[in-house]
Amino acid sequence: MTGLLWLCGLVTVLTTIGVIAVLAVESFEFFAQSKVGVGDFLFGLELKPEASPPKFGILPLIWGTFVIALGSSCVALPIGLMSAIYLSEYAPRRVRGFLKPTLELLAGVPTIVYGYFALLLVTPVLKAILEPLGFRVHQFNALSACIVVGIMIVPLVSSLSEDVLSAVPQGLREAAYGLGATKFEVSTRVVLPAGLSGVFASFILAISRAVGETMAVVLAAGMLPQISINPLSSIETMTTYIIQVIGGEASYGSPKYLSLFAVGLTLFGITLALNILSNLVLKRYREVYQ
Amino acid sequence: MSRGDALYHPNRRLRRLLGPLFGAACFLATLTGVFVLAVFLASILFAAFGGTVQPAWNSFGQSVRDFFGLMARLIGNRQSSNPDIAGFRVGLVGTLWLLGLVAAIGIPVGIGAGLFLEEYAPPGRLKRIVQTNISNLAGVPSIVYGILGLALFVRAFGAKGLALGPSLLAGAFTLGLLILPTIVITTQEALRAVPSSLRQAALALGATRWQVVSGHVLPAALPGIMTGAILGLSRVIGETAPLLMVGAAGSILRLPKGPLDRYTALPVEIYNYAKEPDRQFQMITAGGILILMVLLLTMNAAAIVIRNRFRRGR
Repeated sequence: MTGLLWLCGLVTVLTTIGVIAVLAVESFEFFAQSKVGVGDFLFGLELKPEASPPKFGILPLIWGTFVIALGSSCVALPIGLMSAIYLSEYAPRRVRGFLKPTLELLAGVPTIVYGYFALLLVTPVLKAILEPLGFRVHQFNALSACIVVGIMIVPLVSSLSEDVLSAVPQGLREAAYGLGATKFEVSTRVVLPAGLSGVFASFILAISRAVGETMAVVLAAGMLPQISINPLSSIETMTTYIIQVIGGEASYGSPKYLSLFAVGLTLFGITLALNILSNLVLKRYREVYQ
Repeated sequence: MSRGDALYHPNRRLRRLLGPLFGAACFLATLTGVFVLAVFLASILFAAFGGTVQPAWNSFGQSVRDFFGLMARLIGNRQSSNPDIAGFRVGLVGTLWLLGLVAAIGIPVGIGAGLFLEEYAPPGRLKRIVQTNISNLAGVPSIVYGILGLALFVRAFGAKGLALGPSLLAGAFTLGLLILPTIVITTQEALRAVPSSLRQAALALGATRWQVVSGHVLPAALPGIMTGAILGLSRVIGETAPLLMVGAAGSILRLPKGPLDRYTALPVEIYNYAKEPDRQFQMITAGGILILMVLLLTMNAAAIVIRNRFRRGR
């Protein structure tokens, strides 16, 4: 029996090895076949896999991913942090008992549903508000994707941050109240600094989730690899490119097909780095209380 | 001392005012989530009603009847490019197959790994590495699992005999690996909550390690493990990107008969209908999402009920 359970544990390790092996082997194949340098791949400005000779510069994809991560953070980080403070410091027990499961439910909604939400409601509303003001809103635009991805990662920020804030010892709060601090002061100057490492860790995890988000972005942000600072135009992220290649007619083993693995490797590297960073922040800057 | 001075605001009224204002702002921020969920469900329902809910009660009955007619048709019919007869039957069957296969293959492996790490693995460096690895796996984007599944299960690196092709089994393996970290972590948490006195008592009576685990620890931890399993399975229902990678194409009209058949899944069909520019498909897509959400909410509610019963029991 022990051996069987040991095998189950081994599967988790093999998964990691499998991911790294698949991405490394196929990416190597891509660079060997297409004769694109790693530098040209990461920093090239043009992504034209159909052109001859094909161009595989994924900087537009990295830019698109960065836009989504930045924009969704602007939505999710303040809302998530404030929710966490409310749930941990202000909410009466019964309200908390209702709000926490609702937020959990929100976290369980599939991302394709968020994508459809963007198409059905967010983009039309943006059009209705911004087009009379003279802005041209594309059917597929980065702003709409940022909003829905932001809403999507709010529960991640709020639940992780709330865990950390609730874990701040009650004695700290009572000491501050004893010195005459108001609730606002206790929340923002005692509890928040004490839990800051956990809050930052949750921020980084949320950004990592936004970077790896696929279906919401595929449906909302379009498939146009360009470096544009206009949030109302279409963009393309790394994840969208992967879906585009697999959904297209690229034949197995062609440079275009193999490029999805190289993009996948880049994506994996970025999210892994963010996750490790999040863990480091949590461990290194954690305040230890007896 | 200087920090203390900075904290001292003689303006009492402002300080008193700031607290409730901040509290209210935070409350509103928390409500955005609930608000969005409500708006979203309302807009989906509205779209599924064909965007024609009328306030008058006599026609409201008609709308409701149309709505249920639409739902019955979506469950009964197969995919079509004609919005009048399009449905989700093949995708629904595919999703149920995936659920069953993942429950049969992925969940036991996850529980086994959790049991091994928590009850058997000797503490030390190796265990720490495996543990870190699992928490990192939990953060890997789902599309990367799709890439893994594509190369490993669908293509088997080009080895013809081993490749599963775009079959149900390849999809189930991929999703099984995807939810593995979740299952392992929730299993471990559930096992950790079992008091060690229970283990010591059984060991003192001469039970073997496996007797302790199977007879005492596992039953005590079962509700927690079940909750994790259900939450993991609810991801199987909604995951789209990895299935697109491992070949759950939307244009499958035959119902799968066995685990090696080609298939499509409910969210994949939703994605295909959502891409259709024709506005008539809006109703179909919205209806599909409603079916998806009903399945998910049922599973989440089951998880919450199990968890609450467990809490009361202790």
